[in-house]
Amino acid sequence: MTGLAFLIPIALGMGLAGLAAFLWSLRDGQYEDLDGAAARILIEDEETGA
Amino acid sequence: MNAPAATFSAAADATACCTTRLAVPGIKCAGCIGKIERELPRTPGIHAARANLSTRQVAIRHDPALGQDALAAALLSLGFEAQPISDNPHSRDEAEQRRLLRALGVAGFGMMNVMLLSVSIWAGADGATRALFHWLSALIALPVIAYAGQPFFASAWAALSHRRTNMDVPIAIGVILASALSLYETISGGGHAYFESAVMLLFFLLAGRALDAMMRARTRAGIGALLSRMGKSASVIGPDGSTRRLDASELEPGMLVLLAAGEALAADGEVIAGTSTLDNAMLTGESRPEPVGPGSAVHAGAINLGAPLRIRLTRVAEDTALAEIARLMDEAGQARSRYVRIADRASRLYAPAVHSLAALAFVGWMLAGAGWHQALTIAIAVLIITCPCAMGLAVPAAQVVAAGALLKRGVLIKDGSALERLAECDVAVLDKTGTLTLGSPRAEIGALDPEARAVALGLAQASRHPLSRGLAESLRRAGVTPAAVEDIVETGGTGLAGIWQGVPVALERAQNESAELAASLCIGARHYTITFTDPLRPDAAEALAALRRMGLAPRLISGDRAGPVAALAAALGLEAEAEASPKAKLAALEALKASGQRPLMVGDGLNDGPALAAAHAAIAPGTASDASRQAADAVFLGETLMPVVHAVKVARRTMRIVRQNFAFAIAYNLLAVPLALAGLVTPLIAAIAMSASSLVVIANSLRLARSAQA
Repeated sequence: MTGLAFLIPIALGMGLAGLAAFLWSLRDGQYEDLDGAAARILIEDEETGA
Repeated sequence: MNAPAATFSAAADATACCTTRLAVPGIKCAGCIGKIERELPRTPGIHAARANLSTRQVAIRHDPALGQDALAAALLSLGFEAQPISDNPHSRDEAEQRRLLRALGVAGFGMMNVMLLSVSIWAGADGATRALFHWLSALIALPVIAYAGQPFFASAWAALSHRRTNMDVPIAIGVILASALSLYETISGGGHAYFESAVMLLFFLLAGRALDAMMRARTRAGIGALLSRMGKSASVIGPDGSTRRLDASELEPGMLVLLAAGEALAADGEVIAGTSTLDNAMLTGESRPEPVGPGSAVHAGAINLGAPLRIRLTRVAEDTALAEIARLMDEAGQARSRYVRIADRASRLYAPAVHSLAALAFVGWMLAGAGWHQALTIAIAVLIITCPCAMGLAVPAAQVVAAGALLKRGVLIKDGSALERLAECDVAVLDKTGTLTLGSPRAEIGALDPEARAVALGLAQASRHPLSRGLAESLRRAGVTPAAVEDIVETGGTGLAGIWQGVPVALERAQNESAELAASLCIGARHYTITFTDPLRPDAAEALAALRRMGLAPRLISGDRAGPVAALAAALGLEAEAEASPKAKLAALEALKASGQRPLMVGDGLNDGPALAAAHAAIAPGTASDASRQAADAVFLGETLMPVVHAVKVARRTMRIVRQNFAFAIAYNLLAVPLALAGLVTPLIAAIAMSASSLVVIANSLRLARSAQA
């Protein structure tokens, strides 16, 4: 039973961390261009002098 | 892959420059993104560029001195046509989508944690542990429900306060009652709390809502990307001869305006000075340019193809021929706003049935001698088990998959209702100019040798005149690389001149004023004549045959002259009506509707606007006028007509899937409701049933992605 005293806060903390990460990524605009994110992996990097 | 993003934000912080977003419909692949983000910052004054493939937009960080035109020109030199975006009308949709996604995240968090506790209870926790877990569940679930349930509570309240009911009423009642009962159970130390059911229900329903909102936002962004600002302002000539730009709404009768080549007129008027030809295709559907001179009456929406004109305005704003069309469109569009979506039609039958069933269960168990607590538990179990979880996903899941599949094939569907109406159409009405044909002049370049082609492109790409753009488009399509023409000078009404390898070159108006549009290209002493035509879309005949096979008999209604319309109709084997005014087109659509048919209208011009708005469903090409694109349910891009056929085909498949989803949801209810009525549904059974039914509906909808590709 004493294990619960640790496990429940840990489980809740991890859930909250996941939620915070999701809200942060939403605010950061990571879902604004899903098609673009899929395509960008194909861009060749050799001359990104920009 | 995040390197460009880092550069972009770093540049954003470094200097006091401004950001402009441009619509670039031509972004299609990683290569385009790479090219834009790599090459654009090499233009002086541009610090960084970030392309968005989903919305087909490019955000550019640049010096404030650089105007939108300069940015568009920089993009054009990379081979991408760009248009400024009108002041962001989509921000409201975006905010709504973000709110739904946030609620979805919160509901997901709540669902997982409450489920964790519930599984332990189902696994046999009891006594003090169960009470503790119930309390913890309540602590997590109640704030989550209060936050994530808002979209449903607000919508249900709005419906109830208008004495109507919608899908959200049973949802809101079910969730609130389940939470209240669970809270009572928790406080009184009872055995069954339904917190996980309530939160899971919200999660699945929010997923459906978020999908719906994403589909709308994506399409609106696509259509917004196509909106241009043509004919919304004018250069007014003051008494002292100076000119200033005025917004169309600020124009007054009697003002003198200067209409440059390639510009659209913003109000009705009379030509005072200058001779030119006007393209009235948007207004009348007439494909042949109309010659005008002093004294000619001209209408808003006409595009000047030749020399600059001085025009005295006679009618502005509400009084123009254009505004008359807008008024007709408004009236014709009323009918469509009365269309009832399939989900609402279903919920009109469903919601009362569910509510009376739950009430009957309560009364029945009370009469049978159960206590009010047990009777209420069973009534709530009925509400939860019948809560239209699968129903809420049945329509949006299928429609989102279909809209995504269509987007890949160049069709932007405005919303789910458009798909529903498209599937119901049984007759197709098509416009000629710009719909069956491409609607823009295309040059015959067969007579030019490679050298002449390169010079022609070098000259033509420097101008925004419609003929120059048509010529440049044809040449680019043929894979021509532009020659380096220097010192290019554009003289309004005459043409372009420059120097190429020391030889004077020019692209000018053709000498002989024939009925056909033509230009002449001079390289030193050599002369070439380039003629322009408005060709038929390459697959028009094929697409019409496909429509006919699908039971949508196509017919032609055009504002163009009888001769060309009859010739085209004969060639394609269509029934045709020529010289139709916007009112006549509207009347033809109304007559079809009165005879019980559901017409699909495909048109592009302003003159098609009222007919587009009146049709059961409407599709416009991407090159259509702003008003027509607004009135249409879908916009298709590219040079082919086949997307229209695909749109109808996919819409019909979607509706088949939606009906299957509904059939499944009803079958599931027929099985689950007797269990609930008998009082056999525990929170565990409710949770399993709910997720299983939702997953089946989503899986069934995903089949569309595959079939839409075929």
